[in-house]
Formats: sequence, C-alpha cells, structure tokens
Amino acid sequence: MTDDAGRIVIVGGGHNGLVCAAYLARAGRKVLVLEAAEQVGGAAVTREFAPGFRVSSVAHLLHALDPRIARELRLEQHGLAYARRALRTVSLGEGAPLVLDGANVEAGDVTPADRAALAEYVRRQQRFAAVLANQHSRIPSRLGAGFSVFRLFDRSANNRNTENPAPWSLAKFALDVRLLGRADMRELLRVGTMNLHDLLEDRFESAQLKGALALDGVLGARLGPRSGQTFFTSLQRAGAYALPRGGMGAVTGALAVAARAAGAEIRVASPVASFTLHGDRVTGVVLQSGEQIEAAAVVSNADPQTTFLGLVGARHLDTEFARRVLHIRSQGCAAKLHLALAGAPGFRGVPAGLLGERLIIAPDLGYIDAAFNPSKYREYSTQPVLEISVPSVHDAGLAPAGQHVLSAIVQYAPRDLAMGWSAGRAPFLEATLAVLTRYAPALRSQIVAAELLTPLDIENEFRIHGGHWHHGELALDQYMMLRPVPGAAQYATPVPGLWLCGAGSHPGGGVIGAAGRNAARAVLAGSRA
Amino acid sequence: MNRHDVIVIGAGHNGLTTAAFLAKAGLKVLVLERKPWIGGAAVSRELHPGWIYSNCSYVCSLLRPEIYRGLDLARHGLQIAPYGGGVTFTRDGDFIGGYADKDVRRREYARHNERDADAYLRYSRDTMRQTRFIRTLLMRTPPDPTSLRWRDLRELAHLGREFARLGETTMGDTIRFYSMSIADYLNEYFESDLVKAHHAGSGIIGTALGVHSPGTAYVLLHHYMGDVDGQVGSWGFARGGMGAVSNAIAGALRSAGGEIRADAPVARIIVRGGETKGVVLQNGDEIYADTVISSLDPKRTFLKLLDAGDVGADIVRKAREFKIRGSSGKLNIALDGLPSFPALGHGNPLVAGDMHFLDTLARFERAYDDWKAGTWSKDPYLDLLIPSLTDPTMAPPGKHFMSVFVQYVPRQVEGRDWTDADRAAFRETVFEQISRYSPDFRSLVLHAEVRTPQELENEVGLTEGNIFQGELTFDQLFFNRPFPGYAQYRGPVRGMYLCGSATHPGGGVMAAPGANAAREILRDLRRPSTVPEGWSDD
Amino acid sequence: MTIPQEHHLQAVFPTPFHARTAAANTLNVWHRWRDYTVADAYFDVSLEYTALRNACTVFDLSPMTKHLITGPDALSFMNRLVTRDVAKLKPGRVGYTVWCDDEGQVVDDGTIFHLREGVYRLCSQERQLDWLHASGLGFEVAIQEDTHDVAALALQGPTSCAVLKRLGLAGIETLTPFGIRSFAFEGGELTVSRTGFTGDLGYELWIDPELALMLWDRLFDVGAPVGIKPMGTHALEMSRIEAGFIQAGVDFLPADRAIRAGRTRSPFELDLAWLVDFGKSHFTGRRALLAEQARGSRYRLVKLDVEGNKPARDAYIYDRRRKNVGVVTSSMWSPAAKSNIALASVEMPYGAPGGELWAEIYYQKELKWSRFMARCTVVEGPFYSPARRRATPAADF
Repeated sequence: MTDDAGRIVIVGGGHNGLVCAAYLARAGRKVLVLEAAEQVGGAAVTREFAPGFRVSSVAHLLHALDPRIARELRLEQHGLAYARRALRTVSLGEGAPLVLDGANVEAGDVTPADRAALAEYVRRQQRFAAVLANQHSRIPSRLGAGFSVFRLFDRSANNRNTENPAPWSLAKFALDVRLLGRADMRELLRVGTMNLHDLLEDRFESAQLKGALALDGVLGARLGPRSGQTFFTSLQRAGAYALPRGGMGAVTGALAVAARAAGAEIRVASPVASFTLHGDRVTGVVLQSGEQIEAAAVVSNADPQTTFLGLVGARHLDTEFARRVLHIRSQGCAAKLHLALAGAPGFRGVPAGLLGERLIIAPDLGYIDAAFNPSKYREYSTQPVLEISVPSVHDAGLAPAGQHVLSAIVQYAPRDLAMGWSAGRAPFLEATLAVLTRYAPALRSQIVAAELLTPLDIENEFRIHGGHWHHGELALDQYMMLRPVPGAAQYATPVPGLWLCGAGSHPGGGVIGAAGRNAARAVLAGSRA
Repeated sequence: MNRHDVIVIGAGHNGLTTAAFLAKAGLKVLVLERKPWIGGAAVSRELHPGWIYSNCSYVCSLLRPEIYRGLDLARHGLQIAPYGGGVTFTRDGDFIGGYADKDVRRREYARHNERDADAYLRYSRDTMRQTRFIRTLLMRTPPDPTSLRWRDLRELAHLGREFARLGETTMGDTIRFYSMSIADYLNEYFESDLVKAHHAGSGIIGTALGVHSPGTAYVLLHHYMGDVDGQVGSWGFARGGMGAVSNAIAGALRSAGGEIRADAPVARIIVRGGETKGVVLQNGDEIYADTVISSLDPKRTFLKLLDAGDVGADIVRKAREFKIRGSSGKLNIALDGLPSFPALGHGNPLVAGDMHFLDTLARFERAYDDWKAGTWSKDPYLDLLIPSLTDPTMAPPGKHFMSVFVQYVPRQVEGRDWTDADRAAFRETVFEQISRYSPDFRSLVLHAEVRTPQELENEVGLTEGNIFQGELTFDQLFFNRPFPGYAQYRGPVRGMYLCGSATHPGGGVMAAPGANAAREILRDLRRPSTVPEGWSDD
Repeated sequence: MTIPQEHHLQAVFPTPFHARTAAANTLNVWHRWRDYTVADAYFDVSLEYTALRNACTVFDLSPMTKHLITGPDALSFMNRLVTRDVAKLKPGRVGYTVWCDDEGQVVDDGTIFHLREGVYRLCSQERQLDWLHASGLGFEVAIQEDTHDVAALALQGPTSCAVLKRLGLAGIETLTPFGIRSFAFEGGELTVSRTGFTGDLGYELWIDPELALMLWDRLFDVGAPVGIKPMGTHALEMSRIEAGFIQAGVDFLPADRAIRAGRTRSPFELDLAWLVDFGKSHFTGRRALLAEQARGSRYRLVKLDVEGNKPARDAYIYDRRRKNVGVVTSSMWSPAAKSNIALASVEMPYGAPGGELWAEIYYQKELKWSRFMARCTVVEGPFYSPARRRATPAADF
C-alpha cells in the first residue's frame, strides 16, 4: 500500500466539490480535488472577460449559501468578504421603478392592499422556504425505506438495495411540514405545485409587483409563470441577495483555502477523462493526460449525466438506471451577458444609489410569458427577461477606475435552439441589447466589450451537460429522493466507490454548498477509511 | 308538503347519484333542477329533428362500475357500448391508428417507429401502474392531512399502504407522474413526434394547460382510470346518448321514492343559526330540509346560493380563487351521410373511434398559446367521433351524427363575450380542419350546433364552461378539492354538502363524487351506508 | 419489412409455411402467435406428441421474435444485456440465457445464436426492441428486429437427424448440441442449429421465407419413410414441460410487463442460477443479484413429481398440508416419463430438493368435481431427457 491508500478523489472543483473536500479533509481523510479548468470554482468563478474587466461568470449573486457551511468552514477568516449584502430588487418598467426590500415596497406605485398582501406573501414564503432549507441539510430518505413501515403488509420487495442512510429524513420533513400549523400546512399542500401566475393574480393588483415576484420562480428554469410548480421553484430564491467582494470566485476561493487548510490537495488544469473500474467498483480516475490516479472513493462534482454516461459509461450501469439518467431534464434555458462599460450605465428612473442593486426586467406576467413561449419551440425570446447586476458599483476592483461591468442573466435561451447557436448568437445578443437600451438608452455607446454565454457555451466551458446551472431542472419530479434519479439520490450511487456531490444531487443548484456537505457525510458513513 | 329530509340542488349525474343513494337509505329526497330537462352535462337532446344526441359529454368510461351495479342502472336502461380505436391524421396524408387488436396496433406503430412500437408496452405498463393506484382512491373520501382524527389517520394510513404497495420504483414514478408535463412524460417513452402527439391529447382535454405544462401527465389518468366491463382504460357510448346515464340514475332515484322537480331554479340556500334549513326557489317558494346538497361548483354554491355572511370571508375568498376555466368547446353536427376520410382507405375500423388531427407536440402547444392570448385555437385539437356508427339511435337510418370536441376555446374572446360572428368564425376554423381530411364533409352538413364555454356556462351551469367543474391540477385535487379543509363533501355550514365534480375525485361522468358525498351524509345522519365500497383490482 | 398502410385489412399474417400448414391442418384449429397463426394441432394432439417422441415432427417456429445484433460492440453489448458470459459462446454456437432488469428480475429468456464472429441473433419470447435499444446506450451496436425476414421450423424427435441426412446435409450427425451449421439449399442457405424446445434430439432450421415452402416439401418428401409429421403448439407444450423448460407469461411474469410490485422472479428464483456469471463484466441486474445471493431469494421454482395421475393444474402448494407456500405454474401427465409432473413456484425455504410438498388438486369426471391433497416430491433435473438428446454423432432413430 502506498501513501495514497484511502485517498478520496473529488472530480470537479466547483463550490460543492470544494465544500465536500473541506469536510472530508477536516474529518481526517486524504483528499485530492481534480479541477479541469485553470482555476477552481466551476460555475462560481470570477473571470476576466475583457482586459481589466472581471465578472462572476455564471452565478452572479449569492443568495442561498448555507450559513452553517460559512460558519463551520470559517469562510470569512479564509477571505470571504461581502461588497454588499441584502441587495434590494429594482424592477424596471415603463414608469418609475419598483423597489423591493424583502417584504417592503420602498418605492413604486403599489396600493396599500398590495403592500399588506406582499408582507403576508413573503412571510409565508419564508416559512415554507425554511422548511425546505431544513431539508437541504438532510440526506434524503430512500422512498422505499421511508415507507418501510407499510412494507410489513406484503412481500413486494424485489432485489432493491434496501440500505437507507437516512431513514428518518422523510419523516423529519413531514414533521417540519406539520409544525407549520394547520393553516400554513394546508396552504403549502395547496400552493406547492401551483404556478405563480395564478397565485400572484389571486393576491396582487400591481402588474409590476407580480412580474418581479414571478421572476423568482422562472429564473434559471425552463418554466414560464403559468407553468405549474413555479411557486415551488421561487422558494429556492427566498433568501437575501449578496455580492461577494471580488465576485463569486471569492466564495470558491475561500472554500479552496478552507479545503487546503484542512489538508486537501487541489490540482487545477487536470481534466478527468474517465473513471477506472475494477469489477463493479470505481477504483480511481484517468486524466486526459493519461495519468492514472487510484482512489479509495471517487466523489463526482460533475453533473449526473456527465458522471454516469460520460465518466462511468452506460455499460457499467443497469439499463433502467442509465435510461433514467439519460432522461434527466437538463437542457439549460438561461444565457449570461457580460458587458464592459466605459462608464456607469444609466437606467431610466434609477437613481445612482440604486444602480448597484439587483435590477430586473420583468415588467409584468404577460411579458415573462411572452418571453417564455418561444422556448417551447426551441426558439429564443425576442424580448428576454433579465436579472442585472452592476457589481463594480460596490466592488471597484472588478473594472478599471471609473469603468463598470454589467452582468445579466438573460432568458429564455434554450440550449437546444432549433436554429443552432452559431446562427442564433448574434440576433439573440442584439435582441438582448435592444431590451437593455430601452431602459438604459445610452448603454450601447458605453460598451467596451461584450460577452454572451449561451447555455451551449456554459456546457462547453464549464463542462455542464445541457448547460443547465442546476445540473438538471429543479422541479418536483427531480427533487429530494428523486434527484438526480432514484437509486443515486443519497449521494452514494449504484456503482460502489462512487459518490455524487454536485448540484445534480439534493438540494440542487444555486451556490448553497449543501450537496457538498451532505455528500461528505454520506461518504464518511459509507466508505472505508 | 314542502318539507323533505334532503334537498339536492342540480340534477346532473352527481346530484342524481347522491340523491339516489340517500333515497335508497329511506330518506325523503327532492332534487331541484333549474332546466326543464335533467342530466346537467350528461344529456341527450334533440336539437335537429331526428337527431337525438349527447350534446355535452359524449363518451363514457369513468362511470364507476360499483355505482352502475349499486344503483342497478342496467335495469334502469343504461347500456354502454365500448368502441375501439383512436387515430391521428398527419398533414402528409398518412395517419397512426390505435387499432383495438394489440398486434395490429403494434405493427401500426412500427410503421412509424419500430422502437416506439415496443416502447408503447412500457408506456402502457407505467400508465397502468398509475391508474391502479388512483383507482384505489376513487370511491373513498380524502383524508385531511392536517387532522389527527381517527378517520383521517386511518385514511392516511390506507393511502400510505397503497402507496407502499407500489414498490419503490413506482413510488418515485408516482411523484414524478403527478408533477410532470404530458410532453415530458411521453418523451420518456417515445421518439416519434407523431406517436407523442397521438397520445398527448389525453393530457390536456378539458384543461387550461398546454402539453408542456407541468401537471398535465396526471390529466391523462382521467382517460385511463375508467373501465367498461373490467377493461380498464376502455371507452364506450351510452346507447341513446349520455342522457341515458342521467335517466338511468333518475330511474333508480324514483324507484327508491325520490322526487325530481325540473324547471325549479334555486335562488338561495336558507341558513339560520349556522344551519341549513332549506332553499328558496327563484319564484319565491321555500322548501325545507335539514340537509341541503349542492351539486353545483363552489363558485356558484358559495358566491351565489349562499350569503357571504353565512359562509365567512375565508370561504368566499377560496371560492373566488377556485380555478375553473373554460378551455374547450363542442360542435354537434347532423350529417346527411357518412363522410369519407380518404387517408384511412376503405373499410378501416378506425372511422368508428376518436379522430385527431394534431400530429406534432408543437401544434398542441401553439393551440394553447392561442388560448392564452384570449382566442380559440386557430389550429385546434379536435376529438372527433361519429357515434351513430356504433349507436344507431342517434340519427335517422343512413344519416349520421358527428361529435367534435374542440380544444382550446376560451370563455371570452379577447376579453368580451362571444358574438354570433365569433361563433361562425370558430365553426369555420373547425370545419376547415375537418375538411382538410374529409373533402366531402362540408357537403353533408345538415345542422351544426356550436357550443362555446359560454353556452356551457349559460345552459348547463358549468361556471366558465369548465367541463370538470374545476381545473384538475394538484392544488385542486384529492384533499385540496375543492378547497383544503373542505374536501370531505361537507360545506362550511352545518347540514350543507357538496357533491359535484368539483369534489374528489373530480370531473368526467364518474358519479364517484356523488356516491362519496352520499356516504358522508349518511354517516352524519347516523344511517347505514347504501354506497358500495370500491372494488379492488387485485 | 416495410409495413403497408393497409396492413390492418389482414390483421393476422400467414407464416411463410402457411400454404402447407393449412393444408395439413385437418382439424383447422389455430393459435394466434403475435402477427401470425400457427396450428394448435394438425390431426390429434397425442398422436402428434407420439410422433415427436418416436419419429420426428415439424413445428412452424417462424413467429418467434428474432433480433439481429451487429457492430463493433456487439459482444460487449450482449454481455451487458444477459446474465451469461457471451464471450464464452464461440461462433457457430447457441446459448440459452435470461436477461434481467435493474432489480435482477427476469425480463425474458431466449437463445443467443453466435452466427459468425461478432454477429448475434437473439430469439426471445417477448417483444424486446425497446429494452434492447435502452440497453444499447453507450455501445456501438446495431439492433434490428428481423422476425419477418427469417422462416423457421423445429424438426424434433429421434429420426430428425436421419431426415436431415436424407435431405443431403452431409455430416449433420456430427453437429453437437447447441451447434450451428449452414448448408447450401436450392440456391440459398439453410442454417441448422441443434436446438429445440422439446428436450429431445432435434434441430431448428432457419431459411429465407422465399424458400420456406420448398424446405417444407423436401422435408416431408424425404421424411415420410422415417415417420415425419407436423406438430402443433399443444404437443409442443407437453414436450417442453417434460423437458423442464419454462415459459414467459406462464412460469414467470416478464419483469418489463409487471404492473403489480413483487410478482416477478429472479434467475435464482427460476432455478437458473447456472445462467448467472458474476465473473464477467457488468450486466444489468448484477448488483441486485449479488445482493440477493447474499441475502437469500424469496422463491424457488421446483419440479414436482405429483402422486396419482390427476394433473395438478393451477394447484396451490402446501407445506405439510397446512401452509400455502406456492402455486403450480405448469403441469401434466407425462407420457414419456410415465409420471404426473408439475413446475411450481414456492416460497423459500420450502421445496428443498428431495423434500415433500402437497398440491391441492381439483379435477372432474363427468362434471363431478373432486378435490384431494396430493403428495409431491421435489425432483432435480428434467423429467424426461433421453440420451439421444446429447449423443454426438446423432443416431438415426
């Protein structure tokens, strides 16, 4: 046995991979992180996209980072600082912008009834989000085992692996739901699968307010405001938005420091070509360079389709499992726009003091729905919705003095565009700029450089199958014990020696880190030291 | 005498079913119907001389066999004739047919995609797994998941046991099934867009959702969970039209001593001291009963028949927010002869089944986009049948009756009521689609009745013309139907009940809501149940 | 095969042999076998059976589902699909196998023909294209159903080799069991495999449908002196039970058709452990079957020698006459073994070899029904397995 015996290899140095590495190293395990890119961070990185201009490449606002992880890994000691916390949301429209600070309407033409309704809406949303957040830090139960008490009644069990690392997780979730109390529990069971369009139409009058609230349900999703479950998806965004100083790369940078401090080794520019299998078991990885690395356990931060169909290979999997992996809904629909600007952009009606907030272009439900419709036919939105951040307002280091960077999530831009992205890129960029200049008329003249990352670019550059930030739609059919697919939802996979730790696992995307932390617990419980 | 034990408002199939089971329990039952005829949306009308046909609901499968037998409907004249088939025409002159024979059907699918032909078996298996699960819940009252009462806990345990019996794989698939879109569901089985389109219609019929909307996979079950003589998923015609269903239930009611009064619109339910006391008719007559059951939808029941003060602000709000959308219309066409469908060739049995004309999922979705934009689909989804090929009573000899269900059709056109010009244009849209596949169709038309959601609302009393008395999305299903906390057929006022399709298990000519309501009412009245228990599929 | 739009007008196809099977079918009783009809019986079931065990019979096998599997990954694909190690199956050899779903439950059974290096024919009881394609994910392999392109006859019985020799197939007697050999035939190719579903000496003949009638005629010409007869499905059913062969949908429920949980069976539970090779690379169900091996199976398939002479049709099986532990799946009076035989699926740990079980048998004589409990002995091996089945060179009778 070499010194490397018992080593755990983590494939991918995204935030979840780093979180997992840090926890495993803190538990005394020998950990090696292999990152394909030149820097760690995955989709949570800060990159220079034009000389002197840096921007958070994919994820650009932090809103869900598990506070327990920040605390336990002492991220602030390891360099994480915030340029700004608790960003307000500024919804741009034809008239004066609507400014929201949590449940408060700071500015905008909103009736008292709507203000009261918003307070109640946000209160409930936060209660429900808290139930989900509790569940985020739990390893999901296996469904069969979750209902094992009923199994006493018959002999239906086939040859399923009946190991259940988290037998009580489902029951705890049910208890959390019960503890909401009768009224809120009933409301959760009713609205949990509802679409935001109907719910918001029932509750609010202001079109702009409805548009702003609906965006939370559709951002990053291949869903429109009338699509069922958008209330559920909006719960994933119930936290406050923050800007890390130095961009999202600062979060993963701090995670890397924390992991290294705990003893983990991180190698960048080391893309993994495949896993080595010995019999049934994953025993290591082969780099694209040809180098072989043995491992007692391999933890994949890559998305499930890349992991299973690419790195493991379908032939080492069971047929039905492989089919389910193949059918994970993972076609991304959000593009990312980065603009290097010669000066501060001017948005109509937005005072300079609000320029650094979260700006959105989703003026009403109909606008979002109209933007969504083309995506159903694999076409891009001719008038997209946007979530815009000008982080350089708070974080001058991101751009040369006096200049600015603008970062925007632009929807809808289906990965599987019918016309293909080589043809679609230019007209989509033009459509996006046309929408932006409607609200910031002088913007075009300020543009020094522009970068559009379509989902196809995100797929290629960040190695995410389908270019979906969440490594698969975050919807109820791909949630909890169904994420990414049954049989691999407890981080352990059907392939011995292989675990998952990425956003494709529970609880999914967004820079949360919970998947990495849960995976570390699963690995510690399930692998030999 | 104006005093009864029970008053049922509305003589649709559910109202009649509740009334019949209560009458069988020995109660003095009066059913009040607004219209001169009974049956609600399960009626046979003669709107063109010689053609007596189902002018609303037009096919039967969901009617629970327990009720069929429990009310002795066969003896009261109800006969269901199963029909086979289902064909989707393509724009290039071909078609895909769901032949009744499984090997012929397989070969037909293989004609378009060999792999899909075998995948159809997996699709049928998985859909049947879901069907079996929901079938165990149809003849039961949903539990209140927030309650700790013994009955609710027992029902929850029953639900948990049925769920566990599915096995781990199907349990996961069940959760997925209830939250997926029909398009995503079909994508897991089929490659061919035509095969997907052939199956997609069942996910959106009567529903204000598109094939890509999450939740539409479930709607499929409302087309698979019925049976004709034990053939699960099979459909049939009621001989003499769907009015035969209502008439048979009415016959059962009358033979048990119940009374039906037509032309007797109810104005208001009388509530005193938090208890129902009876109803006031629109002509001012008061009729008294301690138990009043509404088969109307919750909007009509709580916003029109009851005072806000009696039911409370919470119920008023819930009723206002209840989702009940018109999304479909109908053309009932009297034909001078049998139209030809040249693509099918001569002697094809598919002509006696459902015919459809949307051959891609994109066409389905664009049809929905038109509805979202406030107009009827310009390239609509049609479910076209010629029932007179199976049931000769519907048209004079040699003539035919064609029933055309049309999706999507909004309650209002661009925000205003339907005009005659709109109706004519809508009719033309449908005629044009049919004519593309049947060149001699137009020349055979003798009469065409156009029914938009507006007519369904005004004539049948279905709010907004929604055929299911409320959208079939999970927020309005099972313990959420019609509202959380009121899913056990009891209203907010003592002695007041709901029994329509707006209650569990929902729409379709199933009669299960009516039977379940009767069971709960008899329980409250401390009388032995006359409602049969659900039959097991095992 | 291109399927015409009007295929529904002839819902059921004639097999390539239909002109002859119809002429021979004096009883005019037919059996629907997917797209085709085959004869249930031609003149008398027991005489057809007798012909099989004493001379030889011809059974029209054409409707059997067949798939052709080719491509560079054909072998590794086959190995991922089935439980056996296909690498051990040399070109020119046939292997019986099962394949399983993820939970190690048998999807179907069938035979693999290694026609030539890297080219396989998979014959199955059920339609399998969807499962085969799903299993082909990640393999460079072409999967094609060619049921309609190959006509097939089973020539079975003690004089079957003699018939083939008289047909001019030189050296056919040296073909070993599960061997394949091709011969020139009337300008085409006749492929002969020493395989069958009867448990007797026998061959299966595979040929271009165009030559089918010619083959039939020649067989009956040269076979007449050694007693060749046509045989229907009823006699075949008798012979396969005597041989102890299982049938999908009868002795087990194909896992990909199961609607109710827990009704399916693993290879271990069908007495087919010998088909499971854990030594080879991954195959679907492998991990589940390893777990089952460690944990123990729920059921086992047993062969029963039932006392008396009343077939134990659909009988419940009891332990010590009291506890219901299983059910009979196939049963008959065996004329060859002169015993009352049955296949039964029983719960573990009941039914150990040599053990005793009880069958609850209902039977009627002249409409009078009787019930009795019959003692059953669990036996091993086929109920009937003549030495000629395995002998090479094959004897003439």
